Amino acid sequence: MTDPGHVVVRTIAIEKYFGHHHVLKGIDLEVRQGEAVMMIGRSGSGKTTYLRCINFLEEPTIGSVEIDGLRVDADPFHARSRAHVEQIRQIRIRSGMLFQEFNLFPHMTALGNCIEAPMRVLGIPRNEAVSRAEHYLQVVGLVDKRDQYPARLSGGQKQRTAIARALCMEPKVLLFDEPTSALDPELIGEVLTVMENLAHSGTTMIVVTHEMHFAREAADRVVFLDDGMILEEGPPQQVLNDPHDERTRLFLKRFLSI
Amino acid sequence: MTAVVGAPERSSILDHLEAAELRARRLFRLKVAATWLALIGVVLFGLWITENIDFAFIGEWGPFIIGGAGLTILISVVSITFATILALAGAIGRLSGNPYFNGLASLYVSLARGTPLVVQILFVYLALPQVGIILNAVHAGIIALSFNYGAYMTEIFRAGIQAVARGQREAAQALGMREQLVMRRIVLPQAIRIVIPAIGNEFIAMIKDSSLVSILAVEELLFRARLVGQQHFRSLEALIIAAVIYWILTIVFSRFQERLERRMARGDR
Repeated sequence: MTDPGHVVVRTIAIEKYFGHHHVLKGIDLEVRQGEAVMMIGRSGSGKTTYLRCINFLEEPTIGSVEIDGLRVDADPFHARSRAHVEQIRQIRIRSGMLFQEFNLFPHMTALGNCIEAPMRVLGIPRNEAVSRAEHYLQVVGLVDKRDQYPARLSGGQKQRTAIARALCMEPKVLLFDEPTSALDPELIGEVLTVMENLAHSGTTMIVVTHEMHFAREAADRVVFLDDGMILEEGPPQQVLNDPHDERTRLFLKRFLSI
Repeated sequence: MTAVVGAPERSSILDHLEAAELRARRLFRLKVAATWLALIGVVLFGLWITENIDFAFIGEWGPFIIGGAGLTILISVVSITFATILALAGAIGRLSGNPYFNGLASLYVSLARGTPLVVQILFVYLALPQVGIILNAVHAGIIALSFNYGAYMTEIFRAGIQAVARGQREAAQALGMREQLVMRRIVLPQAIRIVIPAIGNEFIAMIKDSSLVSILAVEELLFRARLVGQQHFRSLEALIIAAVIYWILTIVFSRFQERLERRMARGDR
């Protein structure tokens, strides 16, 4: 761990167009070491697109991303030079991503999923990768499932395995893209518990979520996104209980009343 | 409580129903099989009664013709192997963002699918020697079959690769894997599982199409049948033998393929 307070993720004026559709309209955000930032907002507000821009699964049209001191500028013409592709890869190594649909590799066991990238991307020897994987499977409470294929795991177990897989790369930040929205209601809790533990133990994370209670419990900061812009951000109590902006208030009223 | 009293009776009725259904299904299958046998029997009997078929000839030359099946299978197995390798490369080329690879692969597919297999077989054997490439007939046949089937299978592999969920690729990229590693470790292993049934179909088609190399005087099943048949003016018998062997081979491999498919479907659970 580096000194708390130092900026791990910084995005500068991120804009994204899909054709002529202006999805992100300039997003500046700084996330500090150990911070858990929750992004909320209506569907279509650009939260997921923004998250995917951070690790360039979506190439931003304008702007730059900096993770742990490595800054990569958007490549609007998609020239995709070798150097740019390699920089993106370095950004991805520094960040771990969790998906709505888990995206575990179905042809590998839980352990296989966890050691694949550490071995082949980071070049860690197998025995070391295995003990690292066992450690993180322990963290998510699934070490006894290490030899199971994803098809034999429940949705909640799959997402927890995916979290272990991401942790095995020991990234500087975890990016969660609505990690519980594909789960049956009774399985959401086990995933949120793991995430909350990670947040409290100082894992830097950016979470796109609809789970307001979770945001209130685990977030250091809540960011409200609307129409591709950050409308409001601050500590959860303030944003969720006493929002300054009328649109935030409306969103929360509608959301919490359901 | 009356329901409980009625229960054993009802369950025995259900057992009877189930047994009756099973009997009906069996009877149906039996009748289908009988129809096959009857139709085949009528034709053979007709040929025999009109003294158009010589069973003694079949007994005498059957083993020789059947002996060609070995080469038929060998050619098919080797060709499907090369075709699979070609198809893998072709599919990666067809999906490549590199315009040169893409062009090479799409030209190959277009050319190989746009010209008759017979022309390709003859071209490899008869035309290539003119530019100094001289091949024996078996090799020429294998090359032409691989070339042709590789193109069709390229499209199968391409579809298989595209059928792998996009999220798989994204998850691998998000872990920092390079394009090549994503393909080799994540996409292809899943794509191959998807296309194995289709490869089985291609193999069965290949067994039949391998008969075309008989025009190069390769001593496989069809060539032997034609040879013996023409020598003894008994082409009817000889070609029936060849046809039956092809038929049996395809049935056997279809069965094998069905079992493989079922096994793989189980693995998905």
